[in-house]
Amino acid sequence: MARSLQELQKQYHSSSKPGAKGPGGPGGGPRGGRGGPRGMGGKPKNLKKTIGRLLGYVGKYKVLLFVVLIFMMINTVASLVGGYMTRPIINQLSEYVGLEVDQETLNSPIYQALDSAIRSVKDSAVGFIGGIVGDGFNEKATAVMFYIAATIMILVCIYAFTILTHYLQARVMLTISQNSIEKIRNDLFKKLQKLPVRYFDTHPTGEVMSRFTNDVDNIDVMLNNSLTSIVSGVISLVGTLVFMITTNPWLTLITVVFVPFFAIGGAKIAGASRKYYTGQQAALGAANGYIEETVSGQKVVKVFNHEHVCCEEFETLNEDLRDKQMKAQFYGGIMGPIMHNTSMISYSVTIGVGGILMVMGKLDPGALQLFAQYSKQFSMPINNISQQTSSIFSALAGAERVFAVMDEEPETPDSESAIDMPDMKGDVVFEDVTFGYNPDKTILKNITLYAHPGQKIAFVGSTGAGKTTVTNLLSRFYDIESGKITIDGVDIHDIKRDSLRSNIAMVLQDTHLFTGTVMENIRYGRPDATDDEVIAAAKTASAHSFIMRLEKGYDTMLEGDGANLSQGQRQLLNIARAALSKAPILVLDEATSSVDTRTERHIEHGMDRLMATRTTFVIAHRLSTVRNSNAIMVLEQGEIIERGTHDQLLDMKGRYYELYTGKRELD
Amino acid sequence: MKRWMKYVKPYLLYFILGPLCMIIEVVGEVLMPMYLAEVINGAVKGTLTSEGSLWVMAKMIGTALIMMLGGVGGSYFGAKASVNFAADLRADLFKKVQGYSFANIDKFSTASLITRLTNDVTQVQNFVNMMLRMMLRSPGMLIGGIIMAIRLSPSLSVVMAVTLPLLLISMAFIIARGMPRFSKMQTKIDALNSTVQENITNVRVVKSFVREDFETEKFENSNKNLKGAGMSAMKNMIFMQPVQSFFMYITTGLVIWFGSILVINNFDSFGVNSAFGVGELSSFINYVTQILMSLMMVTFMLMFSSRALASAKRINEVLDEKLDIVDGENADDSVTVEKGEIEFKNVTYRYYKNSEEPVLANIDLKIAAGSTVGIIGSTGCGKTTLVSLIPRLYDTDEGEVLVDGKNVKDYTLYNLREGVGMVLQKNVLFSGTIEENLRWGKEIATDEEIFAAAESAQADKFVKNFTLGYQTELGQGGVNVSGGQKQRLCIARALLKEPKIIILDDSTSAVDTATEAQIRRAFREELAASTKIIIAQRISSVKDADMIVVMDDGKITGVGTHDYLMENNVEYQEIYNSQISGKDGN
Repeated sequence: MARSLQELQKQYHSSSKPGAKGPGGPGGGPRGGRGGPRGMGGKPKNLKKTIGRLLGYVGKYKVLLFVVLIFMMINTVASLVGGYMTRPIINQLSEYVGLEVDQETLNSPIYQALDSAIRSVKDSAVGFIGGIVGDGFNEKATAVMFYIAATIMILVCIYAFTILTHYLQARVMLTISQNSIEKIRNDLFKKLQKLPVRYFDTHPTGEVMSRFTNDVDNIDVMLNNSLTSIVSGVISLVGTLVFMITTNPWLTLITVVFVPFFAIGGAKIAGASRKYYTGQQAALGAANGYIEETVSGQKVVKVFNHEHVCCEEFETLNEDLRDKQMKAQFYGGIMGPIMHNTSMISYSVTIGVGGILMVMGKLDPGALQLFAQYSKQFSMPINNISQQTSSIFSALAGAERVFAVMDEEPETPDSESAIDMPDMKGDVVFEDVTFGYNPDKTILKNITLYAHPGQKIAFVGSTGAGKTTVTNLLSRFYDIESGKITIDGVDIHDIKRDSLRSNIAMVLQDTHLFTGTVMENIRYGRPDATDDEVIAAAKTASAHSFIMRLEKGYDTMLEGDGANLSQGQRQLLNIARAALSKAPILVLDEATSSVDTRTERHIEHGMDRLMATRTTFVIAHRLSTVRNSNAIMVLEQGEIIERGTHDQLLDMKGRYYELYTGKRELD
Repeated sequence: MKRWMKYVKPYLLYFILGPLCMIIEVVGEVLMPMYLAEVINGAVKGTLTSEGSLWVMAKMIGTALIMMLGGVGGSYFGAKASVNFAADLRADLFKKVQGYSFANIDKFSTASLITRLTNDVTQVQNFVNMMLRMMLRSPGMLIGGIIMAIRLSPSLSVVMAVTLPLLLISMAFIIARGMPRFSKMQTKIDALNSTVQENITNVRVVKSFVREDFETEKFENSNKNLKGAGMSAMKNMIFMQPVQSFFMYITTGLVIWFGSILVINNFDSFGVNSAFGVGELSSFINYVTQILMSLMMVTFMLMFSSRALASAKRINEVLDEKLDIVDGENADDSVTVEKGEIEFKNVTYRYYKNSEEPVLANIDLKIAAGSTVGIIGSTGCGKTTLVSLIPRLYDTDEGEVLVDGKNVKDYTLYNLREGVGMVLQKNVLFSGTIEENLRWGKEIATDEEIFAAAESAQADKFVKNFTLGYQTELGQGGVNVSGGQKQRLCIARALLKEPKIIILDDSTSAVDTATEAQIRRAFREELAASTKIIIAQRISSVKDADMIVVMDDGKITGVGTHDYLMENNVEYQEIYNSQISGKDGN
């Protein structure tokens, strides 16, 4: 029975975390377009502090930033001046065709300054200009053409300068932003390496990933585009305003009167479209979440003839998306035309009033042409700024999340007195250890045990009994609350963490491989191992024969967490990795759960030699795996309820006996 | 192209009205500078009056309002067209994928299919939306601008005939240079992301082998590479703006120069009423800006299109994929699986059709209705493939599979799969409550039926221990139940189907021996009439079966009861010994 829209939304919306998909598919073009929807990013909470820290990254380039700002200002002023140059030209031509331009209208300081600059260029380069103008004009026309030629010469210089400063500004800003982003990424990653395992256990991978993808990307976009366009927008707004006022204050007023319309109208539409946009993103998230889950489970869908229900449910979500998207797209789409055409109205009024001013002799034609241009120019930065603010806010929100990760509590540093233990023997003692992941829920209670080199200690018990926790504590992924764990008589808190961990080789339940060759993966734990040692380790783990059957043997590239290998094969590689290690303590946590029993036997024979000198901890579901251990600990609800060898435990006729003979279940 | 028309046709009206509205805006845009010329010319000629100015202003405001209407309308119809287009496309894609066979799915890989259904559709949708709104606008402005410029002065337009192509060529050059740089950057981004992802999922490995420094170095390298690639792509792109400005300024300068000459000469020849006066020059300059701007937009759009086209191609591949398992020609809708008798006749199957080594080679096997069959053998020997042939998850390459004496291809897929319940090795539960998940087996099941199935699968007890019982919500992938619990729920789901044939593909690996024994007991008692096929690793799982099939390397090496195989099959003995010997050497 197909579920209703409400039910579907409830179930799929929460599962559609943005960016939870990890590396994007092949489809993502340059930047963005990968992972989940970019989203609005939320609002930053502590604006000041976040900006301050961001500035810290960019602040290293103070001098360069100052240079950028100077370039930006030069550039903006230059293009304003460049635009202004059309005014004297139009006026010269107007005068030539018989219009009396009232000199009163031309007494603005900018006009006068430019005019005298043009005249001095004209006078000092008579020969050159004469060559260009030639002698095809009458006397009056020649004078005008001389004037225009001089103006164009100045224009060429100004424009060349603008182009240069513009390029340099972009180039310098690129260096600043890319270096800052690189630094942010590196800092974030370095921090990640210092975070305790607890952090990763409590935060989904997708969430941490989206710090690197969405959040850093948003910061990147802000540094690269938004920041410069806002700063240059403000500069050109101010500049344009100054030029307008000096040209004609009355016409300036018209443009200024329209500003509130832009501001309020823009904010209104933006508000509405943001509301619908959020709705659209939620609907898209639900539909995509549904696609993701259904396509991932497509084989099950087929086996249960469930295709029609899936189609029906998807149709429900898709229709909702259609509806929401329509609104969001519409409101998103009208922003442009409404803002643009409001500026067109302002433009129209400017020209109309300008016409009347000209009739009254209060305005020259050049000035009107200029105003037409400026009034268009004026709305551009306003539009730009209002568009960029949302991206700036989402970048700041992203930055805040990135900094929040950087502020996470790292693993407690080694104490001053912590020592290196290069020659650890592996005498492990747990003394009355109590621990819980949350303070209110104890997982392990008063665990006491010892393990000598050469011994194999096994843990059995149902899920959640605390088996894996024992190994988490041993390697200090988590720190115990009370009790003591010692190795060779030294409290593990007094051993440098790196030294402690390099003395423990672990094979974990979830098989993890890295992108790289088979050889590199096995060598991960001991980079200095020779090829022969790697191959020997692979043989110990019964992995050699299947590796040799791979396309390029030990040089075969493994990708996407070894997706081209079966679960069992991946476990064998993990075992090989541990077998290569010289660590005196070996932890096997469900290391062979996906390996068939015959192969497991082979591995056992190979490992026996290794284990002879090491302390080995084994956690296994299959009781056949733990049978030949020196001691088997039966854990239940955090306590060791039985301990002994296989035979002793069977004789006890207790829980182990029940498990072994199938009288009791584990879960 | 024909394919895409299918999604355009129902919304043809919107597809036409959208661009039409945009044309209104474009025409207004093109007309605007003419009004400016009118005012300036009037002033220069001395014919301008205040009333005239107001009249022009009114006309301009009117035009602007109509333009606004056009723009809003364009946005409305554009949204209608593109959203509907995409929604229909998405629905079709989803339906198509529902029809995919296992082989079809394997060919694309799940991750790639998801990208195609989500990201790629969005890309194409954005493209359609942009097309409707911009494709006419920018070229319209371009063409309109050119027409107006030529109308104002053909001779002055020659300037643009020289500079425009130069601008185009240089833009094309920059873009061509940029494309490979961007795709290189994309691969670096992917590389960086996978480094991070691996590091996060492997955090315990990294920490336990004390390789944080190595990982950091690896990341920093990856990051440096990304920065390098990004810089190289961006360095190229930042030329765009200066080059555009360069041509814009050059053209403006030349237009002013030659335009001024034209104004003077025209005045000398024709006086105040010359066809090209100051006003015309002023609007000509406006048109030049307009033309160059539109040209920029057009090039950007072409760049954008290439991305959308890549997405469209990937979508096409999904829609074009030939469904390789469909109802056979002789499939009879009225035939259902009645008894559950199965026979493999000389079956050979290859995973890759051109590979020499078959996954299954010449399999002959007969399974009686109602019997229990165990299949055992090492990983990769073809057990899963063999049973997948029964509900036609894959089709044989040679030989045939018969159910109740009829070729499986003579059943409709629906009827065949209704008769076969299968619990997959890599099984999934879906978002929703436990009850909703179980109902996959039988939509209209009563509560009693659900409880009964759960009880048989030994799931009832732990489900009832949850606070919400059967109404407990399962997260995506059923994350909040343990491996063993998940497997039991999956079995319960299959049991609800009351299938004539039930297949468990290593589905109790995370369930302990005792519980598994109870499940087997329930199978024996509740599903006495159904054929039960159990793939397992543990001898204990198959020991009591009526018949055990031992497989190795795509072949059957032994068939018989436990006792028979213990006597006669070396392989079976080996497997047995590997599981038992530690206890007492037997």
